[in-house]
Amino acid sequence: MTGTPSRRRHLSALRTPLGVVTALLAITVLVLAVVAPILWTDSAKAVDTDDILAGPSAEHWAGTDNLGRDIVFRTLVATRLSIELALSATLIAVVVGLVLGVAPQLLGRRAGRLVTASINIAVAFPGLLLALFFAVVFGIGATGAVLAIGLAGAPSFARLVQTMVAGVVSLDYVAAARTAGVGRFRILVRHVLPNVAEPLVVNATIGAGGALLAFAGLSFLGLGVQAPAYDWGRLLFDGVSALYVNPGAALVPGLAVLVTGLSFNLFGESIAKAVGVPTQGTALAPRTVVAPRRSTDHAGPATEAPVGGTDDVVLDVRDLEVAFPGADGPVQVVRGVTFAVRRGEAVGIVGESGSGKSLTALAVSQLVDDLGQVDAERLRFLGEDLLTSDTAARRKMLGTSMAMVFQDPMTSFNPTRRIGGQLAEVSRHHHGLDRKQAMARAVDRLGAVRIPAPERRARQYPHEFSGGMRQRAMIGMGIMGSPSLIIADEPTTALDVTVQQQVLDLLAAIRREDDVALVLISHDVTVVGEVCDRVLVMYAGRIVEDLPAADLATAGRHPYTQALVAAVPSMDTALDEPLAVIPGRPVDPADVPPGCAYAARCPLATERCRVEDPPLAGDERGRVACWHAGEPIEPMQLSTTRTDVP
Amino acid sequence: MSELRFEDLTVRYGATTAVDDVSLVVPTGRIVGLVGESGSGKSTMARAAVGLAPVESGRILLDGEPVPLRGHRRPVQMVFQDPFSSLDPRMSIGESVAEPIPRDVRRAARRAEVARLLDLVHIGSARADARPSEMSGGQRQRVALARALAAQPAVVVADEITSALDVSIQGTVLNLVRELQAELGLSILFISHNLAVVRYVASDVAVMHRGRIVEQGPTAQVLATPSHDYTRDLLAAVPGTTRRRSPR
Ligand SMILES: Nc1ncnc2c1ncn2[C@@H]1O[C@H](COP(=O)(O)OP(=O)(O)O)[C@@H](O)[C@H]1O
Ligand code: SF4
Ligand SMILES: [Mg+2]
Repeated sequence: MTGTPSRRRHLSALRTPLGVVTALLAITVLVLAVVAPILWTDSAKAVDTDDILAGPSAEHWAGTDNLGRDIVFRTLVATRLSIELALSATLIAVVVGLVLGVAPQLLGRRAGRLVTASINIAVAFPGLLLALFFAVVFGIGATGAVLAIGLAGAPSFARLVQTMVAGVVSLDYVAAARTAGVGRFRILVRHVLPNVAEPLVVNATIGAGGALLAFAGLSFLGLGVQAPAYDWGRLLFDGVSALYVNPGAALVPGLAVLVTGLSFNLFGESIAKAVGVPTQGTALAPRTVVAPRRSTDHAGPATEAPVGGTDDVVLDVRDLEVAFPGADGPVQVVRGVTFAVRRGEAVGIVGESGSGKSLTALAVSQLVDDLGQVDAERLRFLGEDLLTSDTAARRKMLGTSMAMVFQDPMTSFNPTRRIGGQLAEVSRHHHGLDRKQAMARAVDRLGAVRIPAPERRARQYPHEFSGGMRQRAMIGMGIMGSPSLIIADEPTTALDVTVQQQVLDLLAAIRREDDVALVLISHDVTVVGEVCDRVLVMYAGRIVEDLPAADLATAGRHPYTQALVAAVPSMDTALDEPLAVIPGRPVDPADVPPGCAYAARCPLATERCRVEDPPLAGDERGRVACWHAGEPIEPMQLSTTRTDVP
Repeated sequence: MSELRFEDLTVRYGATTAVDDVSLVVPTGRIVGLVGESGSGKSTMARAAVGLAPVESGRILLDGEPVPLRGHRRPVQMVFQDPFSSLDPRMSIGESVAEPIPRDVRRAARRAEVARLLDLVHIGSARADARPSEMSGGQRQRVALARALAAQPAVVVADEITSALDVSIQGTVLNLVRELQAELGLSILFISHNLAVVRYVASDVAVMHRGRIVEQGPTAQVLATPSHDYTRDLLAAVPGTTRRRSPR
């Protein structure tokens, strides 16, 4: 299935109106370039001495030139030369740019630096200036113009190639090839070029549009194509001298240049945009509305009302669903999740990647992107209904009362602004503090999350912080106000164990001091078990078990919960046996099997499991969705299967 | 098979000394764990062993000879941390695994070797044509192991190969590491920041802190009677060893 995903992404460019229109235009122009000279060269040459410099007429739609030749035909025939010249110039620009761009990779360090520096200088010159300079150097005429425009375009391609190559070369697979003894040149051909080819081609398409315009410019200045040959620029040049007699003589070739240039340019841009989007083919599909809701057949008895009255409830979620448009209709990634979080309570959510943990959190904090369709029977935060339409007041309420902490704090901060300023902004925005008060608060909060020398640190940029410190600063941002709920999605996954401990300590301390509720998401049951009171285990977009954290290690009743616990090596894991692993793969949300979603991987699965979906049933110990909840699993069955494990 | 020995190794990046006069031995057929926080110099040691870090002074020896860092024969191989950047997305996994196989090996023999390696890491030879994008993180890491083995290494350096994986998948990779070591008698330098993981795979452990090795010895001994404060911190930091539930 070579290259299928990227091809699908290219095709998705054709689903945008702009993509379709520009693609059709570009194709039309290319076809014209081939057929026009064959069909109409004679008509374009035909001299009509009766009609010199005539205006538009039925015979000559755009009038004639100073020899009485038909402007429309001449413009059509000129397509081939104009396109040929533009493409040759682009080719030169790309090839020269490619050679210059990869040179630093092949040459030694010192020579490489020299090339890089020269490219940087060349890029600084305006392209048109370079083109004019080269045009003069290479002499007037088509060849000179091609060389001029090609070379003038080369530096920006060189820069592009250089940046892309540097990006690929820093990746581990190139390092792996190098340690495998693969030579520099071979690495370039096998690994680097294929991975930069796609953006390069896209940019070349954009560049061709630019080259076309540049050509018209040079020919128009009389530096390009010389009579009797003619391209659009030349026609424009001739037409302008007769502008007052027959405006059509300049307008038609001008229009040809403009439309063609733009269509190449925009076509390239729309591919670039489609290719840049991570999800294949689906991302550009229109927002799909989820089918009408099924009755809530998964609400067990204990899910009806949050335990222990409702006054105390910070977050109340009932039958939450999140869907994204997929290739064959909407794909449900969260499939009916019901839970409540009480004041000061810490609730953990665990499960493998893709089980819907993050999307549950994002849905609660109203951060699911536009393509996602969020639906719920109830979604209340501090009594406020989050299902009603968004208002400024509510955004402010969420901004002050709910704090989010993400896995990668580097992407959560603006890299170009100082940490202190970013924290202060929250308070100026949401709490109406003035600049000075807000900054004082920011410094205070940085201290509260135990960042040493907070005043000095507040003036630093995100990249000057270590990963652990950024994560603490992120938490600091969350407590600029006085939140009632902190939602932390894998806050320590990117961190070292020692730093992880500090961050977990911090979250626990904040919770204790201010009675803040916490929703902590992790793929690691041990992390969640350390901090939380209660744990929700998610599988395939559902909660499959809800249990006290104290029961996690030994008293989990769902086979999946037990498998998650068994999979983590601890300080007393037996050393003479293989580690327990969960066989098979997580469920693909686009293809959820009937019956229990875990059946294919479950050691206890029976026929009933494969047919009937177990409801999430509540009792005094919590909730569990399993037909065989709590039945013993032989240690042998906690599989250590060797083949086809995930 | 072979012993990997770092002798008084120093590596500097500009003004920072990433590895400061470190000596470490990975004995023949053993797995040595290297633990420490990020930035302590673990990855730099690994990269130096395969020629990806600028060695300022000291030597890296394989059975007493300098590790060859040029040419096609590379007896020290490395597996990287990030399963999403360690395989070329444009190549099938079979092509990736075939890359380190010496080029004079004939086509049929290459294919057979790729199949053998993919079976060895439990991916299955049938999937040789799959793209990395079709594989999970754990599967990719096993393909990366197969690629390292294709070079017929004497020593494998595994740099945090499970820390980007879900814990539920980590087990499959750890089991594989132990299995390969037992079956092939490989010497492995196994880098991690999680002591529970190192305890499970490594017979010996070295603790790195700020570019230096602060403690080393048999794993059981170091874990039972840690002598350095930093080792004690690491022990306390193993997930699941502390409880911070606030009393309610
Ligand atoms: N923006 C998105 N567009 C489409 N699908 C998405 C998007 N974000 C997540 N998904 C899909 O939703 C499912 C659940 O994702 P997520 O909540 O991130 O899981 P987790 O946090 O448990 O790893 C996955 O299959 C994922 O691919
Ligand atoms: S319902 Fe059946 S398949 Fe599902 S977890 Fe329970 S025992 Fe396993
Ligand atoms: Mg997630």
